Amino acid sequence: MSDPRDRGGPAQPLLLVEGLRKHFPVRGGLLHRQVATVQAVDEVSFSLGKGETLGIVGESGCGKSTTARLLMRLIEPDAGEVVFDGDAVGDRHGITVNAMRRQMQMVFQDSYSSLNPRMTIAESIAYAPRMHGLSTKEGLARADDLLAQVGLTPRQYARRYPHELSGGQRQRVNIARALALEPRLVILDEAVSALDKSIEAQVLNLLSELKERFNLTYLFISHDLNVVEYVSDRVLVMYLGRVVETGSVDSIYARPRHPYTRALFASKPTLDPDRRTAEMPLTGDPPNPIDPPSGCRFRTRCAFAQPICTGLSPTLSAPLDSADSDGAHLVACHIAEAQQVRHA
Amino acid sequence: MPDLMPAEPPVLRVDDLTVRFRRRNMDVAAVNGVSFALARGETLTILGESGSGKSVSLKALMGLLPDYATIAGSVLLDDRSVLDLSPAELAKLRGGAIAMIFQEPMAALDPVYTIGEQIAETIIQHEGTSHAKAMHRALDLLDHVKIPSASRRLKNFPHELSGGMRQRAMIALALACSPSVLLADEPTTALDVTVQIQILLLLRQLQQELGMAIVFVTHDVGAAAEISDRIAVMYAGRFVETATVREIMRSPRHPYTQGLLASTVHGGLRGRVLETIPGAPPNLAHLPPGCAFAPRCRHAGDLCTRSDVPVTASPTGAMVRCVRAVPVPISEVSA
Repeated sequence: MSDPRDRGGPAQPLLLVEGLRKHFPVRGGLLHRQVATVQAVDEVSFSLGKGETLGIVGESGCGKSTTARLLMRLIEPDAGEVVFDGDAVGDRHGITVNAMRRQMQMVFQDSYSSLNPRMTIAESIAYAPRMHGLSTKEGLARADDLLAQVGLTPRQYARRYPHELSGGQRQRVNIARALALEPRLVILDEAVSALDKSIEAQVLNLLSELKERFNLTYLFISHDLNVVEYVSDRVLVMYLGRVVETGSVDSIYARPRHPYTRALFASKPTLDPDRRTAEMPLTGDPPNPIDPPSGCRFRTRCAFAQPICTGLSPTLSAPLDSADSDGAHLVACHIAEAQQVRHA
Repeated sequence: MPDLMPAEPPVLRVDDLTVRFRRRNMDVAAVNGVSFALARGETLTILGESGSGKSVSLKALMGLLPDYATIAGSVLLDDRSVLDLSPAELAKLRGGAIAMIFQEPMAALDPVYTIGEQIAETIIQHEGTSHAKAMHRALDLLDHVKIPSASRRLKNFPHELSGGMRQRAMIALALACSPSVLLADEPTTALDVTVQIQILLLLRQLQQELGMAIVFVTHDVGAAAEISDRIAVMYAGRFVETATVREIMRSPRHPYTQGLLASTVHGGLRGRVLETIPGAPPNLAHLPPGCAFAPRCRHAGDLCTRSDVPVTASPTGAMVRCVRAVPVPISEVSA
């Protein structure tokens, strides 16, 4: 299991994110001046242990995909620090963005638009290894090997073009391409969301096999609460650009503390027709991330909101009655401490 | 074909509906003999994966398919044969006795008219009331679908509304002339979970108030369990199993339904390898003979590929299209 690239040992987090922030300007008017700001990601901090799967859940506009793009440096963060296995990314004493990307790869939701339609899938997979110094022949051999790893027979598929494959097969190709540089961390941004259920299960099984085989760490982003519960070791719940709750998957799903997390889980459709949802857990849509509410961003939809929630932005901290939790369960809510845990 | 026979006469009755798309070099059998009957106040969910023909079936019911589609079979809506109507009669029917809501409200709403104008237009078109009266009805409808500050929203354009609000406005538009059948084509798929459950609850409530029948099309087992009375599982253009929502969720009988439910991920499966259905759905231009699911079925035998698979019906009105199906004994049904 020991990886020669492992520098800090198993106790050192593979990824440490501190105060990540991205605000997009909204321009308008005759002079194209900045009229507003989208606070897409605001003070997001978390760590990701080696071999762990961290799930990020939240509704549209909560900043989960922006977070992924910031980590990959597909967009520049306004502030914040990213440390990859002890090395600060983009820092003079750390590693460069390119060196980080060799170890961190990403799979997107749309399997078709993330492949070049004019390249055969073997060429697409071999592209990055060739850019990093392999010969064309070696690159294609690597591609064949990877195709076999993701369950596509190389002889049958290597020379096909993306449009000749089904959605599930294309997503397998995207996974193979992400693995081509032998990364240690793979960011899966809604990677199974567009697939049919029977295909989704196949790809989830493949992902867990590959994780074992290549000793990978996953950052798994999804809006699907069931899938996140299935794959994750730890979970991060985001709302309007901020982390509202984090903890182990068991602790979060069994005892959600934040009113938003509770409402989110209560909104999940049941699979039991005799226990249908009778009341809506939340009314209205998530507010616009342009000029979000002051203080706690959830307060406008929260049933427990107090005056303090307007003035002061809550920080992530352990709830007072955390004796039963594992100590890693953190919640950003002024009143979480006051609320009794209702799940006995 | 035997199907559930509701005590009161069905408001919608579909018999052996087939849709083929024929163009120069292709011949796609999208719907291959779909039959069902729907009573007032009942919700039938058509559950299937992409390409199973569920949306095409709905569009055929509304007469919304392109010219090169060949439609056969019969569709009776309140004893009128929909497939034989002239374009003018069809236009009168749509938005009147039968209405449809879609996954993408932005595609269904006209961007250059206010919500109020669009709803009023439908009412005037179908009932010939005055503009003032129609606007008043539009306001009532927005209240009905629980759009807050409805009188203000009446004057909004679609782009000024949030996603969930637009979905509600589209539902109001569909309900404008109190349809007896509402066709819902994945109306909750593009919504966030917290909004999705609101729309499902709203549809359930509206149905109780108005007594309309709903055909709800989805790929989401969770949404189906929340809203359906009965579920029809569709595969390669056919219903492979129809039963009450409880029967489907608790004791699915067709191997495809079993596979679909087993591969639906939930937290209880943590740490276990997911059960999957091997392979992928068949190409509708080259359907295999016999059971279309046979190539992916672990139980498939010679009998499955030889000829068309007969339907086994049970006394509850459930049906399954599989050679392995045995009629459910009465004792088990009552248990």
